[in-house]
Amino acid sequence: MIYNYYPGCTLSTKAKKLDVAARRAAAVLGFPLVELPEWQCCGAVYPMAPDAIAERLSAVRALAAAKANGGVLVTLCSACHHVLKRVNHDMAANEEICRKVNNYLQLEEPYHGETKVLHYLEVLRDHVGWEKLAQQVKNPLKGCSIGAYYGCLLLRPGQVMTMDDPECPNILEDFIKALGAAPVKYSMRNECCAGYLAVTDKGMCQRMVGEIKSNAAGMGAQKLITACPLCAYNLVANDTANGLPVQYFTELLAEALGVGEGGAE
Amino acid sequence: MELTDKELAQQILHLAGTDVKRCIQCGRCSAACPAGDKMDYVPSRMVWELVNGNGASLVKADAPWRCLSCFACEQRCPRGVSPAAVMEAVRLTVIRKQGANKLPAESLENYPADMPQQALVAAFRKYNK
Repeated sequence: MIYNYYPGCTLSTKAKKLDVAARRAAAVLGFPLVELPEWQCCGAVYPMAPDAIAERLSAVRALAAAKANGGVLVTLCSACHHVLKRVNHDMAANEEICRKVNNYLQLEEPYHGETKVLHYLEVLRDHVGWEKLAQQVKNPLKGCSIGAYYGCLLLRPGQVMTMDDPECPNILEDFIKALGAAPVKYSMRNECCAGYLAVTDKGMCQRMVGEIKSNAAGMGAQKLITACPLCAYNLVANDTANGLPVQYFTELLAEALGVGEGGAE
Repeated sequence: MELTDKELAQQILHLAGTDVKRCIQCGRCSAACPAGDKMDYVPSRMVWELVNGNGASLVKADAPWRCLSCFACEQRCPRGVSPAAVMEAVRLTVIRKQGANKLPAESLENYPADMPQQALVAAFRKYNK
């Protein structure tokens, strides 16, 4: 199987750590990521309005390119994943959007949502398997209590994202367990960090981050992991008191597999 | 040409693409909203205004600019309504007008250098056209 990979704008710049660790770990785990030769920014937010056709084009270009190369597209960034999966769903389920997009793009072959969009975590769970992942761990993260921070975009809306239960997810906790650490469940793990309000309302971000982090710390988390560059930013830059460290989940993975920063590869 | 209240509501309804008439005003969306306490119209009120065709009050509301687009409201609606899509439809109705952008491009200089592209792209998509 070819694991076409869509890094997205932030993973090529401010969130390189999320990207580099993921590529290293994927190679070790037997699903090397093949970056799409040409991709454009997905637009970071899902265009909800049914008449927003132009805003869907970059996602469809990436989806169609993946279709032509095996039909699987792996994403990492929560926002990219959200946009690509939802636009893909539109192309399969919304005839009007599908027709307008295809009229505009004039692809060699019309696109109807055929590509399977997988988050990196889904590949770990469904293609590698938690048990196999656990067997590959070289540096088990024993004694480490880690809080999974899902945020908003990774799982919602559940009926389209179909990745995990959006209200009571387990995928990141199972991931943490596979690496030998102890997952800490806390009630705010799927609350929003205030996202793009970082640009217009820093106070709101500080409030959300404060509540999320004190909840996680109160439940015994020693660090948080996330899949989203904007969550990672808000959780650190808009943390006014707590200081709970934040890592990308792929950094933790690479560390456990012995291919982290300063590792073998 | 100025649209009437009802015409404006019709336009918002079209952009929202969600069946607001299914709403039973249970308020779960507003309870789920992390920004609800900072909104003039909580999510269920936004839906109510749209059901009643009050387009003018919707475009004047501050709530859509407080919305985080986190989809908690949509996820928790027992009737399959998306208040998030109503928020988006109102934002688009406002910013699609010439000169109605909320974020001046020059403001980019004021943002911290370590702010991820994702934040800027998202905010400019939500507040500008």
